[in-house]
Amino acid sequence: MQDHQHATSVLTCYHCGEQCKDTTFEIEDKHFCCFGCKTVYEILQDNDMCAYYDMTAHPGVQQRNKTDIRKYAVLDDQQVRANFVRFADGNQTHVTFYLPAMHCSSCIWLLEHMHKLHPGIIQSRVDFPKKEVSVVFDERELALSKVAALLDSVGYEPLLSMSDMDKKPEKTLQRSRLIKIGIAGFAFGNVMMLSFPEYLAGGEVTDAGLQSMFRFLSLALALPVFFYCASEFYVSSWKSIKNKFLNIDVPIALAIIITFTRSLYAIFVEHGPGYFDSMTGIVFFMLVGRYFQDLTYKTISFDRDYRSYFPLSVSLLKKGEEVEKPLSALETGDLIVVRNNELIPADALLVKGKGQIDYSFVTGESEPIEKRIGELVYAGGRQTGAAIELKVVKEVSQSYLTQLWNNIDVSRKEDERQSFVQMLGRYFALIVLIVSAIACGYWIMQGDYQRALDSLITPMIVACPCALLLSATFTNGNAIRYFGKYGIYLKNALVIEKMTKTDAIVFDKTGTLTQSNTTSTEYIGEELSSVEKHMIAVVAAQSTHPYSKAIVRFLGNTMLYAVENFKEFTGAGIEGMVDQVHIQIGSAKFVGVPNALQEEHGIAYIAIDNVVRGRFRFANKYRAGLDDMISRLKQQYDVYILSGDNDADKEYLLQYFPAEHMFFNQSPHDKLKFIKQLQQRHRKVMMLGDGLNDAGALQQSETGIAVAQSSNFTPASDVVMDVKQLINLPALFKYATAARRIIIGSFVLSIIYNVIGLYFALQGSLSPVVAAILMPLSTITIVSFTTGMTTLAAKWVMGKNRAS
Amino acid sequence: MSVILILIIASVLVAAGFLFAFIWSVKKGQFEDDITPGIRMLFDDEKYIEKSHSTNKPK
Repeated sequence: MQDHQHATSVLTCYHCGEQCKDTTFEIEDKHFCCFGCKTVYEILQDNDMCAYYDMTAHPGVQQRNKTDIRKYAVLDDQQVRANFVRFADGNQTHVTFYLPAMHCSSCIWLLEHMHKLHPGIIQSRVDFPKKEVSVVFDERELALSKVAALLDSVGYEPLLSMSDMDKKPEKTLQRSRLIKIGIAGFAFGNVMMLSFPEYLAGGEVTDAGLQSMFRFLSLALALPVFFYCASEFYVSSWKSIKNKFLNIDVPIALAIIITFTRSLYAIFVEHGPGYFDSMTGIVFFMLVGRYFQDLTYKTISFDRDYRSYFPLSVSLLKKGEEVEKPLSALETGDLIVVRNNELIPADALLVKGKGQIDYSFVTGESEPIEKRIGELVYAGGRQTGAAIELKVVKEVSQSYLTQLWNNIDVSRKEDERQSFVQMLGRYFALIVLIVSAIACGYWIMQGDYQRALDSLITPMIVACPCALLLSATFTNGNAIRYFGKYGIYLKNALVIEKMTKTDAIVFDKTGTLTQSNTTSTEYIGEELSSVEKHMIAVVAAQSTHPYSKAIVRFLGNTMLYAVENFKEFTGAGIEGMVDQVHIQIGSAKFVGVPNALQEEHGIAYIAIDNVVRGRFRFANKYRAGLDDMISRLKQQYDVYILSGDNDADKEYLLQYFPAEHMFFNQSPHDKLKFIKQLQQRHRKVMMLGDGLNDAGALQQSETGIAVAQSSNFTPASDVVMDVKQLINLPALFKYATAARRIIIGSFVLSIIYNVIGLYFALQGSLSPVVAAILMPLSTITIVSFTTGMTTLAAKWVMGKNRAS
Repeated sequence: MSVILILIIASVLVAAGFLFAFIWSVKKGQFEDDITPGIRMLFDDEKYIEKSHSTNKPK
């Protein structure tokens, strides 16, 4: 027993680097944790591609939960095919797949050398940030489905889902933004250079010909900026005005237009210098700020709907034969086959086989549910065990799971109007307008109409809310970038602000506070001899129930004995004869514990020759560092727990959460309702969850944080967070607050500049020199202040916790 | 003074050249994947280079 444990703790899989737990597979001196990993190694070895293992140690991804490759057959369906193939001419076919398993340089090497695996593949190229591979292949040599199966066979399962089938346009948006920045920057730099003579000579350039040429050249450079680069500000402000609401782009668009027309007037009528340098500068800096703020995470999707959770195809049974069909073609009454680890796509009746359905992702329950023939099986669960046959009773779009998604209260809109930055920006613009109107009135009374006009218009140029907005966009952009470095991915900048307002935090249990798929096992009772331990392990090894598996893991399976008369009683326990000894493992009632008070969860009793010897207790494994995190959060916020699971862990959790803040056996709808109730009491709620059962609550709460395990599916949310970062939640709050303070600080800074600028502008005597110095000076100081401060704050607040 | 005129025009033209180079590179997608090419150049595999040369990229 000792030896066995020692051996397993040393062995790691050559392919994926995980510990080889139950059994090991060996080739020469290399060990593998599962059959899948070994297969990948063999394929690579056969093709002389073991360089894969030289670049990075254990580059592979664990292959234990392989799904059947027959599912790729659906790719040869014309309609489905068209969604993946980008180009085809008979000789070559270009296709792009999304491979979530891609993670290191070995992955890139292997995926770009696909042509070694099959002669039909001409070329393959990886886009690492997007985790995509583009394959060029010859369809006469291998079909599209074979390409997908080939990728799968070397350990990179292409993720094919229905919602991937209708998206794309983002690419061109990002490109046009970059081009706009390039043009605006080019124009800004050149106009600045051409304006220099005017600054230095104080507006009097000796050579009149040169002067007017410089002015017209500036105008020419400003035209594309005004008409092309700044177009998005006009569009956005026009939209907001049509909706009878002033958004943040309105003052910007106003400032740009006023500056441009005022400059035209200056050049053609007054024959004086214009303000094209200021105008191009505003546009350039605003675009740069927006670019940083909008840099989203390419591989993370925040708005997933149920379709991306479902597979692309199902195995349909037609006259005893299996056919792969697109999920959309599934109809009620169809017979389908669901194999181990596959998802049940629609509500259906079990007609053949034994259902062991894992609903942990849908309901939060940690134990698989057993289903017998004739029972209704809800969509969204995963079958664990042998294949089952199902008869579909509801269409995909009508199933229980889908309804969950559709029932979410969509009335909660992104309420930008409430945003602090928006508010300040708007009031600021209003104040500037009022002040300049007063100044204008003053000059009219003085009878100086030229100055009156100037004092009305120039404040908009100098004191445009540009500096104010820059401070927000740059702070937010940089903060989002830093959050990302620490494994926390924000949907947009607004989330930072909403986070600072939070006063109640709600946690999901399964998968969020606990580690999914790991249980800690404990034996309580009479001491067992090593022979007895072996016997129990052998009996437990006969069953696929998670508790049996946990017992085998705990005791170690030596296969020393043979089991006779093994019987499994669903929902009760298992028994068998080992070496003439009768072993029973199961519930209190099953083994005959005399005065068992109640059915307990997470307990399996052991009886040897009908004598109860003790019990195994299985507990969910909570994440390390949890107590510290919760106790720190408790000082400032109300913490709640909402679990879809049973209350087996209630006692354990009492040390962290007050009893009245814990809720168990919560359905997805209960969770949603609970969040709504909190909100009705004017609480600002942050919800952390990982599964589909939290999807509604995540969307309803002010800040929904989806806790993600590596590349898994996450429900729609505002934030996607790496599980490892969960315990850093207090630091996250601290940083969000710091970001908010930085914005306020830079607001103060920009207001000081604006007051100076207004002082000159309101006198109607703003010389181009002052404007020219003030504008870049204020932008550069503000931009460097905000970026510098956010960087410092990130180092200070989150310093030690950086993700890998 | 006319020499300044020529200088200005020349400098704007040079700058415009770089601007077009930038626009071209954006349109080619050089700013989208900034990780893979850096890793790819470290793979020294002659077969790979031969292959990628022999394929004609269709437009």
